[in-house]
Amino acid sequence: MIIKLLLIAALAAAAYTLMHGRRSALSLLVRRGIALLAIALGVVAVVSPDLVTSVAHAVGVGRGTDLVVYALCVTFLFTTIGLHMRLAALNDRFVDLARRVALNEAKDEAARAQTALAETQRSNVA
Amino acid sequence: MVTALATRAAVVVPMFNEAQVIGNVVTELRGSFPFVVCVDDGSGDDSAAIARAAGAVVVSHPTNLGQGAALETGIRFALGLPDVDHVVTFDADGQHDVADAVAMVERARASDVQVVLGSRFLGAAEHVPLPRRLLLRAAAHFTRRTTGLALTDAHNGLRVLRRDAASAVRLRLHGMSHASEILTVLARGGFTMEEHPVTIRYTDYSRAKGQRGYNALNVLFDLAVNRMRAAA
Repeated sequence: MIIKLLLIAALAAAAYTLMHGRRSALSLLVRRGIALLAIALGVVAVVSPDLVTSVAHAVGVGRGTDLVVYALCVTFLFTTIGLHMRLAALNDRFVDLARRVALNEAKDEAARAQTALAETQRSNVA
Repeated sequence: MVTALATRAAVVVPMFNEAQVIGNVVTELRGSFPFVVCVDDGSGDDSAAIARAAGAVVVSHPTNLGQGAALETGIRFALGLPDVDHVVTFDADGQHDVADAVAMVERARASDVQVVLGSRFLGAAEHVPLPRRLLLRAAAHFTRRTTGLALTDAHNGLRVLRRDAASAVRLRLHGMSHASEILTVLARGGFTMEEHPVTIRYTDYSRAKGQRGYNALNVLFDLAVNRMRAAA
């Protein structure tokens, strides 16, 4: 059945995105393209629901509703992975920023520590 | 007594809500090391004030970022001091022995090896609880398979890094998976490495603060994803 191939290919693509996904200009373009396509297909499906059913039959799904549910599941998976990656990238930046704040605030302590360290060494030599 | 050997080593202690024990840990460390930097990872208790009072330099994260992030912040801070030639990482919960840390720094100096890692299994390991021992054995095996490092204890918080090795520590796993990530980083950097027998004090406190065994699965997941992303 065609739908099985499509769904397995989509799930494999999701796994690949989770492992290797990069936020590039191309992936942005693909996402925007898919969003526009989804809107267009949505309008078509609303205007002629029978078309959805015949597409469903063509790929081996019993009802148009089931096809829509499958599409929704796959979309949800990709959305979740995309958000996860975006949050992870954001967290990396956040850690970087917070660390800089922490090190900046500790500058005085660093200067004091440096002096203390130098003194210990002098007294050790002496 | 501060030994001459320990003077140029900085001890990095990541801490998160350790007010109960951090005072003693810092006091003990200050007996042997002139320079102890505690990284307060957004504690809600008095950890920072207590550590400072005990003689540590305290670097405070504005919010909780994770133990790996705290470790890296401490290492960066220590490297910002030009006189520091070795960085010691030391857990805040009091499970490590200061004498072990001193011995490891001396060993690093004497043999000029770049990384000395503490191992609770090289010496007498009978105090390690059995489930923990099995889990750590599995972790060591996993480390050997993935990094090629033949270590007996892959998750020991006591490490001595020479300045050049410490500079290479850049972590992406900010949480609890950093122990494995550090080893990956050090293995990739090709640094010379030795293990040193250390004792771990398993107290009720350290056990309560320690990681749950099942977190190993989270670590595995983190490492798998991180590794594949790095390879991409």
